[in-house]
Amino acid sequence: MNKSYNFLLAGVGGQGTILASDVLSEVALAAGYDVKKSEVHGMAQRGGSVNTHVRWDAERVYSPLIGLGEADVLLVFEEAEALRYAEYLKPGGAAIVNRETIEPITVTSGGARYPTEDEVRALYRDLAGRFHLIPGSALAEEMGNARAGNVVLLGALSTLLDVPAETWLEVIEGRVPPKYVELNRQAFLKGRQAME
Amino acid sequence: MRRLLSGNEAVARGAWEAGVAVASAYPGTPSTEILENFARYPNVYAEWAPNEKVAVDVAVGAAYAGRRSLATMKHVGVNVAADSVFYASMTGMEAGMVIVTADDPDMHSSQNEQDNRRYAKFARIPCLEPSDSQEAKDMVAAALAISEQFDTPVFLRLTTRICHSSTAVELGEQVPQAPASARFPRNPTKYVMVPGNARKKHPVIEERMELVAQFAETFPFNRIEWGDMEGGEGKLGIVTCGVSYQYAKEVFPNASVLRLGLTYPLPPELVREFASRVDRLIVIEELDPFLEEEIKLMGIHCEGKSIFPMLGEFDPRVVRESAIEAGLLPASAHVPVAELDKPEIPPRPPVLCPGCPHRAVFHVLNKRKVPVTGDIGCYTLGLLPPLSAIHTCGCMGAGIGQAHGADKAGIGERMVAVIGDSTFFHTGMPALANVAYNRSNVVTIILDNRITGMTGHQQNPGTGYTLQMEEVPPLELEPLVRALGIERVKTVPAFDVKALDETIKEYLKAEGPSVLIARDECALLPSARRRWLPLRVVADKCNGCTMCFRIGCPAILKSDELDGKTQRPKARIDPSLCTGCEVCAQVCPRDAILFRAQVEA
Ligand SMILES: Cc1ncc(C[n+]2csc(CCOP(=O)(O)OP(=O)(O)O)c2C)c(N)n1
Repeated sequence: MNKSYNFLLAGVGGQGTILASDVLSEVALAAGYDVKKSEVHGMAQRGGSVNTHVRWDAERVYSPLIGLGEADVLLVFEEAEALRYAEYLKPGGAAIVNRETIEPITVTSGGARYPTEDEVRALYRDLAGRFHLIPGSALAEEMGNARAGNVVLLGALSTLLDVPAETWLEVIEGRVPPKYVELNRQAFLKGRQAME
Repeated sequence: MRRLLSGNEAVARGAWEAGVAVASAYPGTPSTEILENFARYPNVYAEWAPNEKVAVDVAVGAAYAGRRSLATMKHVGVNVAADSVFYASMTGMEAGMVIVTADDPDMHSSQNEQDNRRYAKFARIPCLEPSDSQEAKDMVAAALAISEQFDTPVFLRLTTRICHSSTAVELGEQVPQAPASARFPRNPTKYVMVPGNARKKHPVIEERMELVAQFAETFPFNRIEWGDMEGGEGKLGIVTCGVSYQYAKEVFPNASVLRLGLTYPLPPELVREFASRVDRLIVIEELDPFLEEEIKLMGIHCEGKSIFPMLGEFDPRVVRESAIEAGLLPASAHVPVAELDKPEIPPRPPVLCPGCPHRAVFHVLNKRKVPVTGDIGCYTLGLLPPLSAIHTCGCMGAGIGQAHGADKAGIGERMVAVIGDSTFFHTGMPALANVAYNRSNVVTIILDNRITGMTGHQQNPGTGYTLQMEEVPPLELEPLVRALGIERVKTVPAFDVKALDETIKEYLKAEGPSVLIARDECALLPSARRRWLPLRVVADKCNGCTMCFRIGCPAILKSDELDGKTQRPKARIDPSLCTGCEVCAQVCPRDAILFRAQVEA
């Protein structure tokens, strides 16, 4: 068992970062870690940028928050957000980014420019020990439900950790309505494949 | 059983376990989920009050009637409730009563970052501060016990980080609720705070706080964790509370720590003993130097805000870097942050949602260039460009009074005040009564989206349901506004741009006060969602004039196609975001956006 992990999840309100961080936290408990999860509510429904801190420790987690430069893993659901939160990553840490762009209103009707995928790649090439741009939303859409993109990303994330896939699947199954269990199972496995 | 609970869920659980029978609150981030969760437990009464003052009075009344009670609110809610908090401190009650104040360091969703521990001292009531969800749960029972032992309401002070962090909690059993007393107490010397009685009570509450301070000496949530005295690191003594305790432990694993769970009043002997055994005494607390000042008042030297910031929220980094700067940690403790050469990242501000019923009103107000005093709610977002239609926002209920004041001062423009339905019930009503009574030309627009939107869809007196989903007669705005003394009142559908514009135009010229009620459901309500129907742009008709961009709707995008003549991007509608509210279709001068009926045809 690894001693500790710091995760930062980020995305845009409505992308399912909350469910993903709930699953990530419950998996920790199921695997025998102490865990803390911290998020900020409030503006989340209104298309703002959202983030959640999740910390696992084999003994005890104190701080619910991670400082800049302290995340072992970034799991980001949207490309511009991947740039926004980059400083949280420990140099050499792992970053998994969903290949999805959601243009904020400052781009769609204002004068701001949306970054290119190459800019995201370039930034993480230098910063991260491992960088994966995963088409989570697209893979989920292929399976018939774009909303399962968050579970595809969890599948990808699971390959970096020493917890058996079955533990993840049990937690996910306990969290989604029965008629979506199979979809989410497949989404999770797709995410694992995407990392191969 | 161990479960992950947020601090708010834990407080709800703790209240239920401790036999709280009555709870009242007004929603407010970060406190809202406490009552939402508590309301789901069996055999409890939980309600949304119209404002925090009413919530505290309700909790007081229940505690006078012999039942354990709870009132919850965000930090600024205590300002609204303060009058009641102060008398409750004087009277005490028959059963335990807890007031939760959820403070918001860093102002994640607030207009200020006031530190409500000041209120505890101000009103002479004890204040408890948990450091995680387990303590948030357990401290509810502790607070109720203190309340009953010392005949005082008790503050449970949370912060955003405690409210919205989830940590493992060991659940307990419910202790039986006390039944209500058969008779309401008739005890005027205790419960009637006329000057004669109040003068007798004041020394009692001063003495009470001394007794609580003695009690605090052995209160189990105040504890010393001695550090590594052999290695010398334990000679650094840290006094801390709340979430700051977690950062202290993280950054100084071997220091000695005095963790205070009861942060007002302080236990003088415990603090003195701790201070005497360490070489350097520092205080790690967010916001005000509250513990620091209390310790200094005891004549004990300590350092706090000379090292750690008074503004914003802490995290391990803030604490560590401040400590390095003060020489408490070696420079080698520094955690490097990558210096990144980042491209410009587009800001992602919160915006009015696609289909928001507030949008058309702000579009009209912006077009008419009138001064608008605003208020607090989703509609405050009307301040952002391109709508840019709100010119003040202070606290809940302030806008109408401000408009009246400016009008009475003789300002050269017609004043408009905008206020949401929940905010109107909260503190808008007295201000509107004042407009009617003292006759100003203020145009008040009540943005009635049939719900308390900002805090995530809570019922309010106008919605027809209670927190526990009992169906009740809705408080109707039109007769209410008339009863307050306003004769000129009209209700207009909130998406009808033309009707809004005509009414506002008329009201801006009218003599005397007027009220426009702009009514349509919040687009995120389940009943509204069922009507969502994405609209379409007919690209051939669009010439990129930008009118539709200027209503600030996230569903309207610039397409890649440029108009041949103007060379400006044409508009496009994102079908996954558009709800079909038709405001854009109404402002389009070229009929390039199809209305619902046209889309359906
Ligand atoms: C004293 C106080 N209590 C609570 C809040 C939290 N709060 C901000 S806006 C709001 C409700 C707004 O609802 P409404 O007026 O209906 O407007 P909407 O958000 O639906 O547009 C609440 C509860 C606050 N800012 N101040």
